[in-house]
Amino acid sequence: MKNLINKIKPTTRTTIVTLLFVIFFFGLSQLLVNTGMAGYSYEGLLIPMCFYIILAVSLNLTVGILGELSLGHAGFMCIGGYVGAVFAMLTENVITSDLLRYLLALVIGGVVAGLFGALIGFSILRLKGDYLAIVTLAFGQITYKILQQCHLIKDCNGLHFSFSEPIDASKIDSASKVVILNGAQTITGVEKYKSLIVSVIILLVTLIVIYNLIDSRAGRAFKAIRDNSIAAESIGINISKYKLIVFFTSAFFAGVAGAMYAHTTSLEASKFDFNLSIMFLVYVVLGGIGKIRGSIIATIILYALPELLRDFATYRMIVYAIILIVMMIVTNNEKCKRIIDSVTTKLKFWKKTAKEDN
Amino acid sequence: MNSFISYLASGISLGGIYALIALGYTMVYGIAKMLNFAHGDVIMVGGYTIFLAITSLSCPIWLSLLIGVLVCTALGVTIERIAYKPLRGASSISVLITAIGVSYLLQNLALNILGSDAKTFKSVVTLKPIVINEGLKISGETVVTIIVTVVIMIALTLFINKTKMGRAMQAVSEDKGAAQLMGINVNFTISMVFAIGSALAAVAGALLCSTYPQISPYTGSMPGIKAFIAAVFGGIGSIPGAMLGGLLLGVIENLSKAYISSQLSDAIVFAVLIVVLIVKPTGLLGKKINEKV
Repeated sequence: MKNLINKIKPTTRTTIVTLLFVIFFFGLSQLLVNTGMAGYSYEGLLIPMCFYIILAVSLNLTVGILGELSLGHAGFMCIGGYVGAVFAMLTENVITSDLLRYLLALVIGGVVAGLFGALIGFSILRLKGDYLAIVTLAFGQITYKILQQCHLIKDCNGLHFSFSEPIDASKIDSASKVVILNGAQTITGVEKYKSLIVSVIILLVTLIVIYNLIDSRAGRAFKAIRDNSIAAESIGINISKYKLIVFFTSAFFAGVAGAMYAHTTSLEASKFDFNLSIMFLVYVVLGGIGKIRGSIIATIILYALPELLRDFATYRMIVYAIILIVMMIVTNNEKCKRIIDSVTTKLKFWKKTAKEDN
Repeated sequence: MNSFISYLASGISLGGIYALIALGYTMVYGIAKMLNFAHGDVIMVGGYTIFLAITSLSCPIWLSLLIGVLVCTALGVTIERIAYKPLRGASSISVLITAIGVSYLLQNLALNILGSDAKTFKSVVTLKPIVINEGLKISGETVVTIIVTVVIMIALTLFINKTKMGRAMQAVSEDKGAAQLMGINVNFTISMVFAIGSALAAVAGALLCSTYPQISPYTGSMPGIKAFIAAVFGGIGSIPGAMLGGLLLGVIENLSKAYISSQLSDAIVFAVLIVVLIVKPTGLLGKKINEKV
C-alpha cells in the first residue's frame, strides 16, 4: 500500500488529497444536515460554498500562479450569471431536461465570461502590477453598470432589446410577454436548480482542471512569468500567450460560478461590485496566495462564519480588512518571517526529539 | 450655451477636487512606488472630522478645517508607519493588497462607529453665487474650489522645486539608495510625502462635501478611485500631470453626465482609463521608464 502511494507523483497526490477533502467535507455536511445535527440555515450554505470555492480558486490562478492582481473578478461572475440566466430563461421550453439546461447555461456563461477575460487580458498585455489591477477594477465597475442598463423582453413576436431606456410597451404583445432583463431590477425568472451533488461534481471537475493546468508545462510557464517575467521571456516563454490562457481560464470559471449563482438565488447586478471582488481576494489571501487547498479551506470558514454567527456578521468587514493587512505583513516582512522560521524549526526539533525518545 | 458653461464650470470645480486628491496619489506613487488605495478613505475621515467639529464641538469653520487637516496628516503618517513601512521592498501586489485592507478598515470603522446613513454636510464655503447673466450662475463652492486648487498647485510646485525637503523628495523618488548616501533621511522623507498628501486629502474632503452637501462612509471611495484614474491619465509621478488629468477627468465626467447619460458617467470615466492605458500607458505628461534586469 505504501509502495503504491509512493509511486504516485507528488503533484497527483496533492490533487487526490484535495479532492478527497472536498468530498469528505460536503459528505459530512450533508450527513449532519440529514441527521438533524446541523440546522436548515447550514444546508442553504452548501451550494453557495461550492461556487464561492470555484471563484476563490479561479482568482488564485490569476493572483497566486500568474502573480497579477485582479480586482474585477465579480465582473466576470456577473457576466456569467447574466448570460446563464438569459440562456436558461430563453430555452426553458426548448430544452426539457433541467440538468442539461443547467449544464449548458453554465458552459455558455463560462465561455462568454472567459472571452471577456481574454479580451481584457489582450488589451492590457502591456501593463502589469498596479496598473493592471486598476484596469480590472475599472472593468468590474463598467460591467455591472452596463448590465444594469439592459432591458430584454420575450413575446410571441420574438425578442425586444433596449439599452438604457425601458422598452416601449405598445410594441410588446402583453399576453405572451416574459420579462427577462429589466434594467437595474432583480432577475427572478430563472427556474432554480439546487442539487448539491451536481454542484460538488462541478467543483471537483474545476479543481481537477485547475490542478492539472498548474502542474502542466503551461503552469510552469505561469510561475516562471510570476517569478521573473524578463527571465521567462529570455528562455523563450511566450508571455502574452500564457497570460491570455490564465485570464481566459480564470474568467471562465468565474462565469461558471456566476451561472450557478443565477440558478440558486435571484440575480441583481449591483451586488457584483468592487466589494465582492475584494471578498474573493480575502479568501485567496487568507488561504495563502498560490495555495489552492488553502483557498478552499479559507472560503469554507469565511463563508460559513458570518452566516452562522450573527454577531460576527456586523464586524465581518473589519475582520476581513485586518486579515488582509496582517497576512501581508506577516508573510512579507523580514522580521516576521524570521520569527516564524525560528518557531517552525523549534517545532520540528521537538518533533524529532520526541520521535527519538520513543 | 449658458447651460454648457455652467456644466463646464462645475466640471472644472470637480476636476479641481480630483486634482487635489490625485496629487496625493501621484506623490506617494512617485516616492514609494505604491498605489495608496486608502487615500480615498482619508478624504472621508477628513470630511467626517470637519463635520463633527462643526456640529458637535461647534467650532468656527477655520478651526474645523485646521483640525481636519491635522487629523488627516496624523492618520496618513500613522498608516504609512504601521501598514506600509514593514512592506518596503515587498512585491507590489502585496503592498496593494495591504493598501486595500487599510482602505476597507477605515471605511468599515466609519460604518460601525458613525452609521451608514448619509448626513447633510453644511458647506464650509460662505461665498455667495456669482451671477454672470440671466440663467447663468456659478456657485461659491465652484469659485472657491478653483481658487484653492490653483493656489495649492503653485505652492506645491514651489515647495518641490525650491526647498531642501522638496528636493530630498525628488532625490528619494529617483533613487532611494543614492539619496540615503547623500545624507537624506529616507524614512522621514517618505513620511513627509504621506503627510502632505493626506493634508491635501483633508482639503479635498472639505471641498467635496461642500459641493455635494452630504457625507457617508462611502464618500471617499469613488472619488478616490477616480482621482487615481486622473493621476494615471496625467502621468503618474508627475505633479502638473495630476492637475491636468484631474481637470480633464472632471470635465469629461460632468459633460457626459449632462449630455450622454447620468447612470453611465462612471462607466465612461473608467473607459477613459482603459483607453489611456492602452494607447499611452505613461499618461499625458508621464515619463517612460525602462525596466532593467
